[in-house]
Amino acid sequence: MYEKNGTKYFIVDGHIHLWDASPENQANAYGEGFIKCFYDYHRALSPPEYVWPLEKYQKYTEEDLMHDLFQEGYVDIGIFQPTYLLDFYVKGFNTTEQDGVLKEKHPDKFILNGSFDPRAGERGLSQFEELVERWNIKGVKLYTAEWRGDSKGWKLTDPWAQRYLEKCQELDVTNIHVHKGPTIWPLNKDAFDVADVDDVATAFPELTFIVEHVGLPRLEDFCWIGVQEPNVYGGLAVAMPFIHTRPRYFARVLGELLYWLGADRLLFASDYAIWHPKWIVEKFVDFEMPEDMVSEFGELTTDIKRKVLGVNAARLYDIEVPEEMDVEPAEIEVTEKPAVTPA
Amino acid sequence: MTKEAILDALAGVRDPELDEPITDLGFVAALELEESSVHVALRLPTYFCAPNFAYLMVADAKRAILSVPGIREARVTLADHFTANEINAGVADERGFQATFPGEADAELDQLRRLFRGKALIARQERLCRALLARGFSPEQLVGMRLGDLPPSPETDLYLDRRAELGLDVSAEAPLLVNPNGEPIPEEKVVDHLRRARAVRVSIEGNAEFCRELLSTRYALSVGEETHP
Repeated sequence: MYEKNGTKYFIVDGHIHLWDASPENQANAYGEGFIKCFYDYHRALSPPEYVWPLEKYQKYTEEDLMHDLFQEGYVDIGIFQPTYLLDFYVKGFNTTEQDGVLKEKHPDKFILNGSFDPRAGERGLSQFEELVERWNIKGVKLYTAEWRGDSKGWKLTDPWAQRYLEKCQELDVTNIHVHKGPTIWPLNKDAFDVADVDDVATAFPELTFIVEHVGLPRLEDFCWIGVQEPNVYGGLAVAMPFIHTRPRYFARVLGELLYWLGADRLLFASDYAIWHPKWIVEKFVDFEMPEDMVSEFGELTTDIKRKVLGVNAARLYDIEVPEEMDVEPAEIEVTEKPAVTPA
Repeated sequence: MTKEAILDALAGVRDPELDEPITDLGFVAALELEESSVHVALRLPTYFCAPNFAYLMVADAKRAILSVPGIREARVTLADHFTANEINAGVADERGFQATFPGEADAELDQLRRLFRGKALIARQERLCRALLARGFSPEQLVGMRLGDLPPSPETDLYLDRRAELGLDVSAEAPLLVNPNGEPIPEEKVVDHLRRARAVRVSIEGNAEFCRELLSTRYALSVGEETHP
């Protein structure tokens, strides 16, 4: 919970990791390249006092995570989003089982999501069913750019992916977090294309598709999809840290998202340990739409901030929000958009 | 023969996704000139940047250098990238994209390039409209505007460049507001079109800022540092 000037905010961090990218666990140059790329994300956008040495960043402890999220970071509930990367890391980068260790120690602090890879076929399907039962899973994180042998990625519209999504529906695993790209076969197409989300969102109306990183770097394509598909949400990991280095850019991105999707379908996420939730929460609560953008995008109200920081995610995962911090979603879709005033 | 002439030529090579010259983005890491032979090293913001865009920049850079009078030999190499070996060999041997990545691509990159030129066109169009509105034109005036009505401005030039490059009509009678295929935007769709155009611009500009930030972090460049070799 975060409190500022007497206003309280319930905080659900929609995207966290406990990864192991230590040199011993790196399977090849790709594993090394992957964590270095992550480290540059971390260094480029964090305030200097939050930057870790590479060694700690490669492998941090359970205590680090508990301390940073729950002692310092105001987080009430964190949602683990596993990212396996079995072709890059010997034991995987961040598996459901790795996260499960902390979930068992602190069951009230975490939502544990699972994952599937449609390329695992029939055998993977029954393993997925076991995983869901073992951990009582309500959501999955899918990374379509994961390598697997000769394959450099997959699409949500692949026939086997459809089978897995049908299984999700059957098992009541309703929150499908999708991290797009960079992929993929065929290599000549846009590696960050989000169009397959559109197709499955239509085909599976009972599932909720949370597009991680709000589709970045294809924000515009994500917005078109979101405006048409009411079961498409946006996870704000990667977008949110810009609040520190590029506040005006952050305002524009958030403004577009609020315009196209509205305030009820956006989820705060730190992508811990890429970024620390403490400074993002503090800066977001303090953030106001720059004066020259208010006419275009409107004000950033306390209700909007509460929804983004926790209420929206809580609704998706049946988490109870203390009444004093709760906000009702908008009852009807806003149909009347403000007139264009690009000047 | 000077390095400046070669850098000038390289300034004509754009990142297809970010719509900015590779020289401004800091992607040109080194330039060696020996008589009529040139070697240029390129670098990118991340190890995992999309191979198709990377390939286009390396191949375009090679072509640009060879267009400089007096240059007979050009070698362009990409550094610190997961497909650097494939791209460097493929471009050196003029193999084309599909043959550079056998079994991984089902076409060359013309369609991809056209898709992103189309996005860039829309972003430039939006910037131009924004500038026009700031100068006092009304949204209604924009609807009926023809290219011949445009007051001279840097935004106008940038927009017309892109239209010409896409092979679209740039005559004085051609309508200002068109989609990437050159089809005019009907009056009742203009508000929605400009809204969408704004999101496209925000997206491209944001990606460019992020890429700059990542490049300077990756190569320990200080902000505003001269990134030209």
